[in-house]
Amino acid sequence: MTQHYLSIEGVSMQFGKQVPVLSDLWLGVEKGEFVSLIGHSGCGKSTLLNIVAGLLHATDGTVILDGVSCEDPGPDRAVVFQNHSLLPWLTVYENVKLAVDKVFKGKKTKQQRHEWVIENLELVHMTHALDKRPGEISGGMKQRVGIARALAMEPKLLLLDEPFGALDALTRANLQDEVMAIHRRLGNTVLMITHDVDEAVLLSDRIVMLTNGPEATIGQVLDVDLPRPRDRLTLADDARYVAARRDVLRFLYERQRPPAEKAA
Amino acid sequence: MDPRARYRAVAFDKPAPFALPSFNAAPLLAFTKRAAAQVLPPLVMVLLILGIWQLACGGTGSALPPPTKVFKDTWPLIRDPFFDRGGVDKGLFWHIIASLRRVALGFSLAAIAGVGLGVLVGQSKLAMRGLDPIFQVLRTVPPLAWLPLSLAAFKQTDPSAIFVIFITAIWPIIINTAVGVRALPQDYRNVARVLGLSHFEMFTKILLPATVPFIFTGLRIGVGLSWLAIIAAEMLIGGVGIGFFIWDAWNSSLISEIILALIYVGLVGVCLDRLIALAGRFVSKGTA
Ligand SMILES: Nc1ncnc2c1ncn2[C@@H]1O[C@H](COP(=O)(O)OP(=O)(O)OP(=O)(O)O)[C@@H](O)[C@H]1O
Ligand SMILES: [Mg+2]
Repeated sequence: MTQHYLSIEGVSMQFGKQVPVLSDLWLGVEKGEFVSLIGHSGCGKSTLLNIVAGLLHATDGTVILDGVSCEDPGPDRAVVFQNHSLLPWLTVYENVKLAVDKVFKGKKTKQQRHEWVIENLELVHMTHALDKRPGEISGGMKQRVGIARALAMEPKLLLLDEPFGALDALTRANLQDEVMAIHRRLGNTVLMITHDVDEAVLLSDRIVMLTNGPEATIGQVLDVDLPRPRDRLTLADDARYVAARRDVLRFLYERQRPPAEKAA
Repeated sequence: MDPRARYRAVAFDKPAPFALPSFNAAPLLAFTKRAAAQVLPPLVMVLLILGIWQLACGGTGSALPPPTKVFKDTWPLIRDPFFDRGGVDKGLFWHIIASLRRVALGFSLAAIAGVGLGVLVGQSKLAMRGLDPIFQVLRTVPPLAWLPLSLAAFKQTDPSAIFVIFITAIWPIIINTAVGVRALPQDYRNVARVLGLSHFEMFTKILLPATVPFIFTGLRIGVGLSWLAIIAAEMLIGGVGIGFFIWDAWNSSLISEIILALIYVGLVGVCLDRLIALAGRFVSKGTA
């Protein structure tokens, strides 16, 4: 019945007896599309992402990816967590290898798996630190390895939970460019949470704006039809970019004021 | 061959810096200085204590022998720790080995059972609720209180002593392992679930490595307690062992031999502690 690649159908989420966090959320994402979720802190973005990942069970509604229901977590929906969550006792190489071995056991030979690990670490420019442990590399590098680990699983859907949230502005811009380049090259379907309006406009094909919780739902969806490849410098003066940015800002600060202001 | 060797090789292929064979005394000097700073203070303290002891016990009619007398009395034992005249008339080396063998057995069993139970208690709320109160009571029972019971159960001294070690060492191992398992970050669990790791893989690849620092804290406390308990247990059960050696020396009023044995017990205890600490650091590289 659904013709979307990823289809979120009437998802609601309630923790215990509290007011529902998410309420009746509908969203379709096409194959190869880059969709951002934006909304104020605590509105339920991570909750939605975790439901799609299968890490949480929605109290109501379903999520279907490529015709399969997303009840349980699985490597077809790779997650890049906000705090990288690399395993600190494994090296950079071993962290990616763990995922590759698990997903491609029996499908690729040992040598192929090794090459696949290296190839994905090359994508994020991390081959220089194969034998370093997460404790020995910078935050940006950790996030790169987290992205490599997710890409290496060849997921149908890439889920990014504020992947650049903890990074400084320069590192952030660098990684955004890299993610755009990877997306252009591999054509992944991506669902990304962000707090950053510029990041959302720069990277996305569509921006999904969530209303404030509780009972958050989709307030507005904005198509960003800027041509790719996108360049942050030339776009800064582009009228369409400026308009998209203004739309998101309007939504966030006029229609959905930050929760703190409302309380005051 | 390790497929990564190829990539490692790149790093090593850099031409080695060409160094002239000149003698540089500075590092050697610095090393000597650092070593002296480490060794000198304890050495001075030991000499000081020996001096006070000599002064206190040097007089005639003193109950305890002064260090010079201890050394003179026990010199045959120090010189030849390996003699074996049958029965319990053996060198100190054999006594210590006998005690260490019991500790090794009891402690290994405690480590295996303790980690297993610790994981269970840490993982499952139900097991935790059922077992934790029992553990809390049992762990306060002093080691020697178990000895009569285990003698009754095993009817032999050696297994009884080993059981006392086991039951003494297991509690800190269980408790620390359980704390480690409970402290496992949700992120690691999520990673395991996204990758679709099986329960067994989750255990070996995530839970165990993440918990290793906690486990080794427990092991370290456990091995210390084991060593405390074995000395006491051996005093009661007799046979070859450093604990019985001390008791035997007391019965023969060989105070100097007791003092020598105490020094050995202390040194071995420190070695055990360091050994476990070292093993822990080796196994948990990167985690801690
Ligand atoms: N396991 C849970 N039990 C109870 N309440 C929860 C749980 N997880 C999240 N919540 C609540 O759900 C709401 C949404 O949380 P969520 O983490 O999804 O927000 P978010 O939009 O990701 O916020 P941020 O932008 O700060 O990361 C919050 O009010 C939070 O307190
Ligand atoms: Mg969040």
